[in-house]
Amino acid sequence: MSKKIVVPFGPQHPVLPEPIHLDLVLEDETVIDVVPSIGYIHRGLETLVAKREFTEYVYVAERTCGICSFIHGMTYCQGVEQIMDLEIPARAHYLRTIWSEYSRLHSHLLWLGLFADAMGFENLFMNSWRLREFVLDVLEETTGGRVIQGSCKVGGVRRDISDEKLAAMAGDLKSFETELSDLSEVFLHDDSLKSRLVGVGTLSRTDAYDLGAAGPVARGSGVAIDLRKTGYAAYRELRFEPATESAGDCYARCAVRIRELFSSIDLIRQAVEKMPEGEIEVKLKGMPDGEYFSRSEQPRGELVHYLKGNGTKHLVRSRIRTPTLTNVPSLVKMLQGCELADVPVIVLSIDPCIGCMER
Amino acid sequence: MTYLKRSPWIIHYDASSCNGCDIEVLACLTPMYDVERFGIVNTGNPKHADIFVVTGSINEQNREVVKNIYEQMPDPKVVVAVGICAASGGVFRECYNVSGGIDKIIPVDVYVPGCAARPESIIDGIVKSLSILEEKRTKMNSPAAKKDTQSGGIQ
Repeated sequence: MSKKIVVPFGPQHPVLPEPIHLDLVLEDETVIDVVPSIGYIHRGLETLVAKREFTEYVYVAERTCGICSFIHGMTYCQGVEQIMDLEIPARAHYLRTIWSEYSRLHSHLLWLGLFADAMGFENLFMNSWRLREFVLDVLEETTGGRVIQGSCKVGGVRRDISDEKLAAMAGDLKSFETELSDLSEVFLHDDSLKSRLVGVGTLSRTDAYDLGAAGPVARGSGVAIDLRKTGYAAYRELRFEPATESAGDCYARCAVRIRELFSSIDLIRQAVEKMPEGEIEVKLKGMPDGEYFSRSEQPRGELVHYLKGNGTKHLVRSRIRTPTLTNVPSLVKMLQGCELADVPVIVLSIDPCIGCMER
Repeated sequence: MTYLKRSPWIIHYDASSCNGCDIEVLACLTPMYDVERFGIVNTGNPKHADIFVVTGSINEQNREVVKNIYEQMPDPKVVVAVGICAASGGVFRECYNVSGGIDKIIPVDVYVPGCAARPESIIDGIVKSLSILEEKRTKMNSPAAKKDTQSGGIQ
């Protein structure tokens, strides 16, 4: 039997922009076990609820993660609105849905780029990020911020989008969709990419379910869980099907995200079409008293904000559970038995967001 | 830009940032902003790097990592703190695991403001740091400095 050696991976390393540390136990070139250790970017922002008023905490919630910041803010706001029994206007729901879907587009394109980079395909990385700038431009024009939007508030949204702008946004999606088709053609049908992805880092359906995988990791293994189906914001009035694949390998997870990109475009179009007239916010009355589990679908999977208030302007407790943390056990399972050279691709395939995970 | 005589290489480390500034640092490298046209290359190896770009603030776990990377970089070197968290802790300054800005651990040459810092301002900050880098190099290669280190500095 060959000797076991331990190779440390991270926290500062060329593959990921974010720090995560993995101890890879190797036998020759094969990974037999993985010990993740986290905490490099733990800030402890949940305790800030005691120092910020519940209306101000939206800013902190948004900065849990710079990639899916809007969805963090929205999930927090939805939780507080539920505790306060607040019915927000339909137009605010639709605007939140549109911004959520643009966030998903930018997050998935960012991931596609990093994924290509992990495979050593730099041209594809650059092209994915070039396309992503289109989405960021829309976010900047409509909210004022590229990556941190700050457009969500308890009781609605801060900014409206004019009907002309909405129509223009829907129109611009056409050329974006064409470019996206060209890009996805490479990801799904290029031989060199397929040889890196097909059959690599396989996670079975049972394992995905048992290990509590979330989002595209679960859906890539055939578990059709998509929180948008619970009908928060305007999703109850829009048609879409969760994208699933059955193979459970890196290719399947990539295919799920690419199909979600197209489904997001479709959702934005539907939301623009059905956009109701009216107010975008309601006035707040009283203070939150009670507790609520606010759940939503982040680009990476299920996001939970648990919030508890006691009738004062400060919440008593906020607890955030993010999809990357729940995907780490699945990642350990995927890495067992793979080759050392495949580790970067497999780590990237769960779309790790360490900023969210460690908060 | 007359002082841009060489290709400066950067190393980026995320010290408890929310990702917002990190993806903007990466956006600087991609076609829209493309800092590679100035010869700026992102490297993962501290021994290859001239400019240390740090996002986010210092906490107990990453204190040593930041210090290690800085110490491994060859002289002359400059540090660019990107975003308000790297400058002071930003919105997280009151969190129990945030000790403050990067300057608590290593000397910072340029602070880039913003939450998240925009790619334009990050590029601006890096370009500013280039002149500081050049100054440090001249100082290092001056006869007075060479006299101090008889074994000879980097030529």
